[in-house]
Amino acid sequence: MKTITKMFTALGLAAALFVAPAHASGGGQKNAEDYDFSFEGPFGKFDRAQLQRGWLVFKEVCSNCHSLKYIRFRNLTEPGGPELPVDVVKKIAAEYEISGEVNDEGEPITRPGRLSDAIPAPYPNEQAAKAANNNALPPDLSLIVKAREGWYYPWYISPFIKLFKGNGGAEYVRSLIAGYEDPPHGEEKEGLNYNPYFPGHWIAMPPPLAGEDVEYADGTKPTLIQEATDVAAFLAWASMPKMEERKRVGLMTLLYLGVFALLMLMVKKSLWSRVEH
Amino acid sequence: MSGHSTYEFKNPIARWVDQRLPILSVVRGQLVDFPTPRNLNYWWTFGGILATMLVIQIMTGIVLVMHFTPHTSMAFDSVEHIMRDVNWGWLLRWMHANGASFFFIAVYIHIFRGLYYGSYKSPREILWMIGVIIFIAMMATAFMGYVLPWGQMSYWGAVVITNLFSAVPVVGDYIVQWLWGGFSVANPTLQRFFSLHYLLPFVLAALVFLHVWALHVTGNNNPDGIEVKSEQDTLPFHPYYTMKDLFAILVFLMVYAAFVFYSPWYLGHSINFAPANPLSTPAHIVPEWYFLPFYAMLRAIPDKLGGVIVMFSSLIILFFLPWLDTSKVKSLKYRPLARQFFWLLVIVCLVLGIAGAQPAQGAWLLVARLATAWYFIHFLVILPLLGFIEKPKPIPASISEAVLGKAKA
Repeated sequence: MKTITKMFTALGLAAALFVAPAHASGGGQKNAEDYDFSFEGPFGKFDRAQLQRGWLVFKEVCSNCHSLKYIRFRNLTEPGGPELPVDVVKKIAAEYEISGEVNDEGEPITRPGRLSDAIPAPYPNEQAAKAANNNALPPDLSLIVKAREGWYYPWYISPFIKLFKGNGGAEYVRSLIAGYEDPPHGEEKEGLNYNPYFPGHWIAMPPPLAGEDVEYADGTKPTLIQEATDVAAFLAWASMPKMEERKRVGLMTLLYLGVFALLMLMVKKSLWSRVEH
Repeated sequence: MSGHSTYEFKNPIARWVDQRLPILSVVRGQLVDFPTPRNLNYWWTFGGILATMLVIQIMTGIVLVMHFTPHTSMAFDSVEHIMRDVNWGWLLRWMHANGASFFFIAVYIHIFRGLYYGSYKSPREILWMIGVIIFIAMMATAFMGYVLPWGQMSYWGAVVITNLFSAVPVVGDYIVQWLWGGFSVANPTLQRFFSLHYLLPFVLAALVFLHVWALHVTGNNNPDGIEVKSEQDTLPFHPYYTMKDLFAILVFLMVYAAFVFYSPWYLGHSINFAPANPLSTPAHIVPEWYFLPFYAMLRAIPDKLGGVIVMFSSLIILFFLPWLDTSKVKSLKYRPLARQFFWLLVIVCLVLGIAGAQPAQGAWLLVARLATAWYFIHFLVILPLLGFIEKPKPIPASISEAVLGKAKA
């Protein structure tokens, strides 16, 4: 056993040393800046005020190009989210014009938005979105935090980092928005912008925020990094609107299973103590 | 060990029913009084854990189907509808997705337990072979299930795996078109995968029934690998093993729940949260973790057909295992040399899993090739030879002797 184990450990280590640097440098990818969001960890919750600020940034800036199709206005009022008052959200919804329905005579109509409507997309279709954005399609943001990753560690530590820190999607969004830089060596690419956090570094989206883009009602200073953090938190909620319920039910489930398991352990022990095994 | 219980039911209704349909005495004989070796360890609890996972998968799956729409234009949206609008939908979806992973964790432990204690040897060959069929059916079910949410990895996984069949000489292209229901992975593919994903779990349940039937004909193997010789060697299944299994199931469910509630997409791929797009190929197409060792074998061979043959052979070879292992001794507890090779095989399988997640080039390709070669050498060369070379340790005369010996020591 020992010899075989030793042989294999040596082989494995050699392979790891040989492969790891090549893999790490392969994408030339920059790790997102780590940030302690309030919703991280088994007991983490969203910061309501932050989600409300993030919603403002999304509504005023991001929503000019990006849709958020899986979020309905009513979601903004629901527990575990920004929890905006219903009458406020009703007014916000009514500011939007909803089209695509017909009246009893079969003629297309538009009507003011309601709580049950999905947040309308800025463009009627993909082609229109591309045409308006230099032939690049701004992705829907409903799932962006779950669909992106922030960390690029070698294979032997990546699984452990992800287990404790998650995929880093929110950190990625935050770093990306606030992380535009001048291209190295004065390089330029037509219609593209340099961002070290973006896979491949050249991104079609121009810097969306500069700081002072919105006016926060709660008096928070709207610096660039503050806005980026707030909107990243808001999009994290949009990706997982049931997170708080999930963690709460999880705690109760684990407590229940734990107590049940402990009782069964005692039953098992007392049963088996009477027989040799 | 099999056969009906001779138990006479005292309750007149129970007796009346049992005389006409002996279902109660079968349950009594097979699930209550069933004589089970008294020396089983916790590795034997994974049968019960697997049955639990199958039930969880079928139950959550049946309810998910009530809200899912199997159409390329709506599947992704309907999964988000489940996650956001259906009451407890997020719980059903994450239980089902993580349930697949934990089903595989349990089945891999169950299989390696069988390998370690020689549970595939006479008289349990058929029991083992049904188990291999169950494993293959599970893989088919899981693969088709992963396609249903119609995300990027769902789609591209389906493209890569269905394309494997094009390697079949002459008729390959026809087979692939027949699988697809057209000329590419598209709506007909999604709909037939959905249909089969609903069908196969019930086939699995039937296979599990046969697996348990075969088990109850031969009785359990045990850590000492000695057949039961007298009643002294056994304990009734209930309450001894029902209670022990229940404890183990609860501990397993706690680990499962930790993932469902606190890291529900840890075992998946982030890119599958982007809807399927046939025009944009992901940088790395990687299957779910439980397929990685087989994926590594597939890519280890430079020839497509060769890779497919090697990958399927790695499963087919398991059917012949009862005859490839020439040793008379079942349990590796008494086979010091075979034990070393067992752990080497475990490491090789883990290495294959890691290699399967890496791009198939450079050092990883070499590692995958060496590990693939060793996998086959283990079963085709090492196991047949060991039976002749190895000198096993002395084996206790009976289970009760082994148990009493431990108590004295």
